[in-house]
Amino acid sequence: MDIEKPLRLEDVVELNPTHHFRWEEPQQAHVLLYPEGIVKLNETAAAIIECVMGSTSIAAAAGVIEARYGRADLMPKILAFLEDARAKGWIRIKS
Amino acid sequence: MPKDGSGLSLDGLGMPLWLVVELTYKCPLKCPWCSNPVEFERYRNELSTEEWKTVLRDGRKLGALQLGFTGGEPMLRRDLEELVEEADRLGYYTNLITSGVGLTVDRLRALKAAGLKQVQLSLQAPDRQLNEALVGLDVFDHKIAIAHAIKAEGLPMVLNIPISRYNIERTKEFIELAEDLGVEYVEFANLQYYNWALLNRAELLPTREQIERSERLVQEARQRLGKKLTIYFVVPDYYDDRPKACMNGWGAIHLTIAPDGTALPCQEARLIETIDFPNVRERDLAWIWRESPAFQTFRGDSWMKDPCRSCPEKERDFGGCRCQAFLLTGDAANTDPVCAKSPNRSIIDKLVGCAKHEKPDGSNRLIMRDIRKRQSHADVE
Ligand SMILES: C[S@@+](CC[C@H](N)C(=O)[O-])C[C@H]1O[C@@H](n2cnc3c(N)ncnc32)[C@H](O)[C@@H]1O
Ligand code: SF4
Ligand code: SF4
Repeated sequence: MDIEKPLRLEDVVELNPTHHFRWEEPQQAHVLLYPEGIVKLNETAAAIIECVMGSTSIAAAAGVIEARYGRADLMPKILAFLEDARAKGWIRIKS
Repeated sequence: MPKDGSGLSLDGLGMPLWLVVELTYKCPLKCPWCSNPVEFERYRNELSTEEWKTVLRDGRKLGALQLGFTGGEPMLRRDLEELVEEADRLGYYTNLITSGVGLTVDRLRALKAAGLKQVQLSLQAPDRQLNEALVGLDVFDHKIAIAHAIKAEGLPMVLNIPISRYNIERTKEFIELAEDLGVEYVEFANLQYYNWALLNRAELLPTREQIERSERLVQEARQRLGKKLTIYFVVPDYYDDRPKACMNGWGAIHLTIAPDGTALPCQEARLIETIDFPNVRERDLAWIWRESPAFQTFRGDSWMKDPCRSCPEKERDFGGCRCQAFLLTGDAANTDPVCAKSPNRSIIDKLVGCAKHEKPDGSNRLIMRDIRKRQSHADVE
């Protein structure tokens, strides 16, 4: 089995193709739908996923999020969230 | 469906997040543990394509997100592709739950084009002979071919293995087969004893030692295979001392529509004869979900009796399974007898004590699923 390397700032990540991410009006929240599962995301989680999906790197996405929340210290939290999301199979590194 | 024991506790905000549509009870196979009603032939009046579409639309309006097409064998419905397409358009995540019989490469492609997201394929044995003995038809080679085809189409697939005394000793071979097939998920689903499985319980129930051995093999495989293969192992609740958090609670996040339009909080619930379940042909789905007496009966915890009523664990397991309470204690409002705190736990202990230690002897003692003359559960106790 491959030993997974930690995520790096220059990595480009994408949603696992079996997962669907979207705004769900009745829940008033973003949801992730995948085989036999539903996850309702809180606002920050949804913001991170939305940004990394449209970005050229994790660093670029983090820049956008930090600008949005007017903070400069969010990188460790964003990386930790993304590692967790990858461990759960929500996202993967784009090859 | 969410796996029992996955610890999933989802607040649906009162919405039926999981909609299960049982398109038909018909099936070419004869699994002697089938969870369909023993008198399945009584419900032949299946909903039409348009009626199913109305169910799908109304379900989405109530907030449903995950949709399971099941049965019986859903491939027997020629309008399956049309229904999947409609469901996808409405925004559901669509899952097909099938034995693979009736599924061809052409239909698989059509289903994928219609928006199907996932397939759960059931496999009853790791070889042709045992599979035929257990389902009554020689379909093993077809199932394997279909598993390859599902992979070739790039659809995520769960291999569902209903586990009984007849195949539990084959755990290792099942895992090797799953590896060969390259599936991502395997579910060892120890049988739940309702309907046909209850009729055949004495013959099907494995021993505690068998289950422990099987679970150990699964653990080893998990270590070895890591992320390549996720293996769920659903422990039979008889061997537990707490009940499963059945359906995340009655009428909490699950809604099943039976082939004839009967609306149920779970696929087995119609066996609770004391409840009159509403039908989508007669009532609006929103009323059924929100207001019908059947869905209100065991919602929340005000219906609970002791020991559940005063139990600190009631928010975790909701008092267990209402169907099991009804079948084994005669009152659906009783504590699930699986619970060690239940005054009826001795019923389960007795059943478990009767689990057969010898190997199945080959002579056919199983009552295969088939059309039966009137038969009630009372006859088999
Ligand atoms: C009733 S079947 C309908 C779909 C299809 N005919 C099939 O067997 O895959 C739905 C699922 O329930 C599983 N199943 C049937 N009877 C069961 C039981 N008594 N306990 C647990 N799972 C059961 C089947 O293996 C299948 O995955
Ligand atoms: S469990 Fe077996 S008999 Fe029942 S519907 Fe599925 S394939 Fe048919
Ligand atoms: S007494 Fe009832 S609520 Fe408490 S653990 Fe047992 S089943 Fe659950």
